[in-house]
Amino acid sequence: MAAMIEVFDVVKVFGSFTAVDRISFSVAEGSIRAFLGPNGAGKTTTIKMLTTVLTPTSGRLKVAGFDPVRQRIEVRRSFGIVFQDPSLDEELTAYENMTLHGGLYGVPRKALRERTEALLGFVGLWDRRADYVKQFSGGMKRRLELARAFLHQPRILFLDEPTLGLDPQTRSHIWDFVRGLSREHAVTVFFTTHAMEEAERVADEITVIDHGRIVAEGTAASLRERTGTATLEEAFIALTGRDIREDEAGPADRMRMLRRAWRGR
Amino acid sequence: MRAVGILWLRQLKRYSRARSRMIGALGQPILFLFALGFGFGPIYARAGGGDYLSFVAPGIVSMGIIFNAVFGGIEIIWDRQFGFLKETLVAPVPRLAIVLGRTLGGATTAFLQGVIVLLVCVAAGFRVAHLGLVPVALLFMFLIALVFAAIGTAIGSVLKDMQGFQLIMNFLVMPLFFFSNALFPVTGLPAALRMAVRLNPLSYGVAGMRAALSGVPSLEMVTDLAVLGALAMALLGIASWLFSRIEV
Repeated sequence: MAAMIEVFDVVKVFGSFTAVDRISFSVAEGSIRAFLGPNGAGKTTTIKMLTTVLTPTSGRLKVAGFDPVRQRIEVRRSFGIVFQDPSLDEELTAYENMTLHGGLYGVPRKALRERTEALLGFVGLWDRRADYVKQFSGGMKRRLELARAFLHQPRILFLDEPTLGLDPQTRSHIWDFVRGLSREHAVTVFFTTHAMEEAERVADEITVIDHGRIVAEGTAASLRERTGTATLEEAFIALTGRDIREDEAGPADRMRMLRRAWRGR
Repeated sequence: MRAVGILWLRQLKRYSRARSRMIGALGQPILFLFALGFGFGPIYARAGGGDYLSFVAPGIVSMGIIFNAVFGGIEIIWDRQFGFLKETLVAPVPRLAIVLGRTLGGATTAFLQGVIVLLVCVAAGFRVAHLGLVPVALLFMFLIALVFAAIGTAIGSVLKDMQGFQLIMNFLVMPLFFFSNALFPVTGLPAALRMAVRLNPLSYGVAGMRAALSGVPSLEMVTDLAVLGALAMALLGIASWLFSRIEV
């Protein structure tokens, strides 16, 4: 099967810090890949490079056959993404967020109407389509982002911790939806998570990154076998060690804290 | 093109929904209108300047426009913090389309804010000399809005968080407003101050608007228009360049 994502010897340096250090891997079309690693291991940086947001310091990337550095527009057309942080316009309604996305991606108007109805129905938000997103719960926002990510029918879905902070019902709903897309439309899925049981259950294959380097790759079963452990969680700790990693709080985190304080929660 | 339109529309929707912001943004120019317009009126008349309200109204309108326009650009920071910026940055459209949509949208809302302030001025007793010249005044208002929306976009592309916002307002927008011809006539100013006023893009907009609203068109209006138009284009270029360098 053809590779939908190819990463070859990629390095990303921020100042004196090497976030991603000569990583290589590839993901086959239609498969689901979990990209695991402790905080600050280089997961989000890798996703940002694949999605044209960051330019690699060196190395080569291919997404759906295109180069994210030189063929940005083609690459952007080929994928849908759910970011780690919310990326909706909260002052708009759910329906308007979909319409805006469709407009940006050049989805024909008729198809846009039909798909919006189908997708919002699928994630259980059709009845709430006229409500402002700021009134939505975290789970509803996530479902809306997922529906939006698939609106332009991408061949690849990038999901950066899509189930963070969600209840088990919403988590299972989201993974059912994603698996359905992968099966029925041969969508390639590339996701990160800290929930090892999700990776074990959903992913065809797993790539583990730590300190910017790929430390292991294979099915959940092969990783367990290799480390002589009973669960993927134990395998993960065996591969990446017990040290607790600190993420530096960026301005976005500080801003979110400020906003929470304002709203009194 | 569709991307430009849809982002323009987004700015308008956000503007029309943020009622409190709209009213809040009206407060400042209205305060200036009443405090200065009526406070300085008698002195201005005694000094032989004529009716101060007629003089200052275009300046007050420009105030309503520039604050709104710069704020619209700074909304980029807000979008960056709350994530929506990423949605536009990974969309398969050139960054230029995003900048144009946002900036034109910001300029349009600032222009509308200016129209509202103008109506308030009229309600307070300001008289438009010649209705036929109102479209010319509106053109100047839109150009002021465009220039300052582009400045806002440029700033919003560079600043990482809202901490710098007060700095920009106090050390850029306020001085641009005060060191212009918005509140006082240029004649008789000290040379240094006159130079500052002359280098200030806002002065050209206010001069053009004032000439159109007072019904005394002059050749200078063409110069004002040319300067403002060229500046708007140049600033749009700079804003696009700075915006295209954003990494999230």
